[in-house]
Amino acid sequence: MSKLSIKAVGKLFPARGAAEPTRALTPTTLAIADNDFITILGPSGCGKSTLLRIVAGLETASEGRVLLDGQPVTGPGADRGMVFQSYTLFPWLTIIENIAFGLRERGVSERERLDIARSWAERVGLKGFENHFPKQLSGGMQQRTAIARALANDPKILLLDEPFGALDNQTRALMQEMLLGIWEREQKTVMFVTHDVEEAIFMASRVVVMSARPGRIKADIAVDLPHPRPYTIKTSAAFVALKERLVEEIRVEVVGAY
Amino acid sequence: MKPLQPVSAQARISYGISFFVLFVAAWAVATLGGFVPKLFLASPITMVEEGWKLMTVHGFAFDIAITIWRVVGGFVLAAALALPLGIMMGAYKPIEAFFEPFVSFARYLPASAFIPLLILWAGIGETQKLLVIFIGSFFQLVLMIAVAVGGVRRDLVDAAYTLGSSDRSVVTRVLLPNAAPDIAEILRMVLGWAWTYVIVAELIGSSSGIGHMITDSQALLNTGQIIFGIIIIGLIGLISDFLFKWANQHLFPWAAK
Repeated sequence: MSKLSIKAVGKLFPARGAAEPTRALTPTTLAIADNDFITILGPSGCGKSTLLRIVAGLETASEGRVLLDGQPVTGPGADRGMVFQSYTLFPWLTIIENIAFGLRERGVSERERLDIARSWAERVGLKGFENHFPKQLSGGMQQRTAIARALANDPKILLLDEPFGALDNQTRALMQEMLLGIWEREQKTVMFVTHDVEEAIFMASRVVVMSARPGRIKADIAVDLPHPRPYTIKTSAAFVALKERLVEEIRVEVVGAY
Repeated sequence: MKPLQPVSAQARISYGISFFVLFVAAWAVATLGGFVPKLFLASPITMVEEGWKLMTVHGFAFDIAITIWRVVGGFVLAAALALPLGIMMGAYKPIEAFFEPFVSFARYLPASAFIPLLILWAGIGETQKLLVIFIGSFFQLVLMIAVAVGGVRRDLVDAAYTLGSSDRSVVTRVLLPNAAPDIAEILRMVLGWAWTYVIVAELIGSSSGIGHMITDSQALLNTGQIIFGIIIIGLIGLISDFLFKWANQHLFPWAAK
């Protein structure tokens, strides 16, 4: 049985005044297996973030339903951790308190939550920054904290909405490796939204390509590159071939909507 | 001068002090040089002499204490009620829709216009003074606190929900700490306004306080005392402002620019 199943989920933004209702997402069906890392690749405004937010429970679907472990999703919850593109650390909490936020909501004892938070801070390479405030950290460090904060809650699935979109190329590449390393070690079900073709291939065991608005799935491609994946794999023949194919898929969409 | 070029801390202090010095110098020239009749404006020296007399002979310290008590009392009362209401309005939109139009209307009612009415209701005692300050501060506080609480970044709220927060804990653990520095700043600002109301309240029907002393001095044409009273108000304002800023910086180190 799949971990997450998205069944004919669509989104229609209601009409405003004279404007017609806008369809953001064509009813979409997608199943994600346990411990799978899937990336949703699509041009800007294709509804990929909308789909992710529906899974997170932050937006309601106009039709269809989302099942996690067979249970329907009705609203946001700790079983679906999320990392946003914008920096969403709580500025009034230190790094360690940010990571422990969800644990505190669940009533985990202070001692235990500090232990868990410290271990996550270490795993994302933030040892020594535990008592800093977010504003004292670089963008990359803030996003690492956000990943640790989501994972400290031990969610059933990790949702990422272009988490490295605001970072420079070098930092972005390091973050990809770090997240992939965590996934290889911890085994998590991950749904990762991006518009970056290389990122989509490098991270994924499966790339789902979406069309321009209104979004629908136009390709579902398995990535059979071996694990662990060093960054050098990005120049391998298999990687480049896959990249060429996906660039073409996306290009058609962007040209169509251009 | 380059636009927006910062000045050093030292230069900032010396610039700030120089204007005070210039201001007093201009005042001294105008009065001591005989350009302004003594009847209308006392010289700085007379002002200091009158001030000394006020403090030592007329027990002005008591008036200062009474006025401070009234401001703080009325303001604390207003803040104690405005905080819960403003927070509820900022967090819950139906509550905001219910109160906001009335509060917006009430905030434009000048507190000083209520003084005759309040004297009818509460006499000329302390209750009346506190009520003037309460009316002057409460509605302003409510609206500004509501805006501060409601102005939270939407994605912080989303993040809290995905971390398992309940609706209630989104209010207590996201909306409140997020708005806390702004609320502290609002309190600081409105406390400054409360000082205007207290003096107005004391100008009418009062037998003590800085405002009362100022009306008395006017009857005696003692401009030295009036100016001394005004300067005392300015100094107290400056000190309370400084204390608030200092406290805010230490309470909310994460918010400092």
